[in-house]
Amino acid sequence: MGAPMTRIQTNSRVINWIEDRLPIFSFLNAHTGGYYAPKNFNLWYYFGSLALLVLVNQILTGIFLTMNYKPSAAEAFASVEYIMRDVEWGWLIRYMHSTGASLFFVVVYLHMFRGMMYGSYKKPRELVWILGMLIFLALMAEAFMGYVLPWGNMSFWGAKVIISLFGTIPWIGESLVEWIMGDYLPADATLNRFFALHVIALPLVLLFLVVLHLAALHEVGSNNPDGVEIKAKKGADGKPLDGIPFHPYYTVKDIFGTGFFLMIAAFIIFYAPTFGGWFLEHDNYIPANNLATPSHIKPVWYFTPFYAILRMVPSLFGTAIWGVLAMFGSIALLFFLPWIDAGKVKSVRYRGLGYKIALGLFAVSFIMLAAVGAGVVGELIPEWFGTHVDATAIENLFGRFWTIIYFGFFVFLWFYSRGMEKTKPVPERVTTHD
Amino acid sequence: MANDAVVDKGRRRFLTATTAVVGGAGAAVAAVPFIKSWEPSAKAKSAGAPVLADISKIEAGQKVTFAWRGLPVFVVNRTKAQLDALPGEDTHLRDPKSDNTAQQPEYAKNEWRSIKPEWLVMVAICTHLGCVPDFYPEIKPEPFDPNWKGGFYCPCHKSRYDIAGRVFDGVPAPANMPIPPYHFVDDTHILIGVDPGKEVA
Repeated sequence: MGAPMTRIQTNSRVINWIEDRLPIFSFLNAHTGGYYAPKNFNLWYYFGSLALLVLVNQILTGIFLTMNYKPSAAEAFASVEYIMRDVEWGWLIRYMHSTGASLFFVVVYLHMFRGMMYGSYKKPRELVWILGMLIFLALMAEAFMGYVLPWGNMSFWGAKVIISLFGTIPWIGESLVEWIMGDYLPADATLNRFFALHVIALPLVLLFLVVLHLAALHEVGSNNPDGVEIKAKKGADGKPLDGIPFHPYYTVKDIFGTGFFLMIAAFIIFYAPTFGGWFLEHDNYIPANNLATPSHIKPVWYFTPFYAILRMVPSLFGTAIWGVLAMFGSIALLFFLPWIDAGKVKSVRYRGLGYKIALGLFAVSFIMLAAVGAGVVGELIPEWFGTHVDATAIENLFGRFWTIIYFGFFVFLWFYSRGMEKTKPVPERVTTHD
Repeated sequence: MANDAVVDKGRRRFLTATTAVVGGAGAAVAAVPFIKSWEPSAKAKSAGAPVLADISKIEAGQKVTFAWRGLPVFVVNRTKAQLDALPGEDTHLRDPKSDNTAQQPEYAKNEWRSIKPEWLVMVAICTHLGCVPDFYPEIKPEPFDPNWKGGFYCPCHKSRYDIAGRVFDGVPAPANMPIPPYHFVDDTHILIGVDPGKEVA
């Protein structure tokens, strides 16, 4: 985009009357039919629109859940069971919400990986990337607080562990934890304020950030699998030669993707809503008990890679803050990706072999850390090596190795992109012309 | 509207800056009630009363959990074998002499971290991230430690503690588990939350 919004031409007196006072139709046109996107989008480009679809699903189903949910420590668990058993179609609305939460992270992780593959975070799209990362942070906070609301035993202990992360901050940690909880342990006050943040504060923040993310994207234009700037080659009409109007071309494409996505979502919602304990954990079907920690405490799958990093870093000098710093650092580094990576070539298609291997290893480290964080590795070690081995030591070795690979990606990228990388020539136009 | 030529820019900047400072200070002060509203309420604070624990029914080697301020307090009647194993653990521990004074009152800074050697009274909250460790009292190899001498194992992040709540070296938890203020009212009753020689407030 970048160009000033053009006034739509119409003979309708009603539309013209509105346009004279509020150019809403011109605005909508500028961001749909008037927005030119590269014509070579592939499967990876579904996940942005799917994320928006899931956000709408979460807001709609969330509104209906609040109509029956009771945000108090005494009533929350029972009110969720009430929704599941007694409210007409309540089970469907709740499963749409809980499945939506997990699928949100599926599409967001794929969306982020797409950005890394095709260098979509690079100049001039740094702010698109940073706003996207802020959305990711807000989404993690939103998901965490939503997970606390059913007030099951995993909700309680998840809240306790995550809030205790702030307790590792020197000097102010302990009083900060009390301030967040409003009590000496997660209690009614904690649940009530998390409800407020989950249903009002964070959704507003999320929506605001999504608007900025899209506004920034439409200002600089979409990247594509070739990493070619389509605005560099324009036709006589001033439109990019390799661009096609978002509407109808990509609206149609995205509707096709939406149909496919909804089939998968419906299958999970109807046939495997807990997804074997991965989307809704078994221990959360027991009411919160502040005197008994579940024997296998683990976060929901989408937090497990970061949780593994937290666990793999031992405490030193009498404080546990190092693991917390490493965990937050693993996310903070992604914010700086546009500046860590100095390479001018955007798409992985034309980057050096070193980058391809590093990006692959980074993806593997993310999955391996997820397996460690979810406790899968800890369970498999005795199965593979027998019970006589020190499972904890092997798990730590394995987890620390992949933690180093995760952080190593950024270190490698810094040096590799500053002189060592041998890239291939980038084509002038996108590679699919037809 | 004033003509640009006659605008006193310095005066305008001064007025803008002072307005911004006063307005900013007002906004900061107005934020205080909202931030303070997140502190534990008067109701939550008043729930922190001392707890009288009856220990007459706790057999040797047994553990009973009492709730004090919503926290689990383990009271363990330790066996002679468990107590005898304590000195042998010193070399694997981060703080064997309980030198971290924040983790226990002065009267519990000893080999057993207790007033009476056999009776352990401890806030069973892992010092890593606040989970409740499990009680593994038996002196036998465990999946998480082949040389286990009895103690506590945290399921959340695998921190290990000996039978006196002293943390092992090389685990995520940074400190020994805390000993609350407590005293023996008589041979079969412990008052959790009140130091010896102090009256209940």
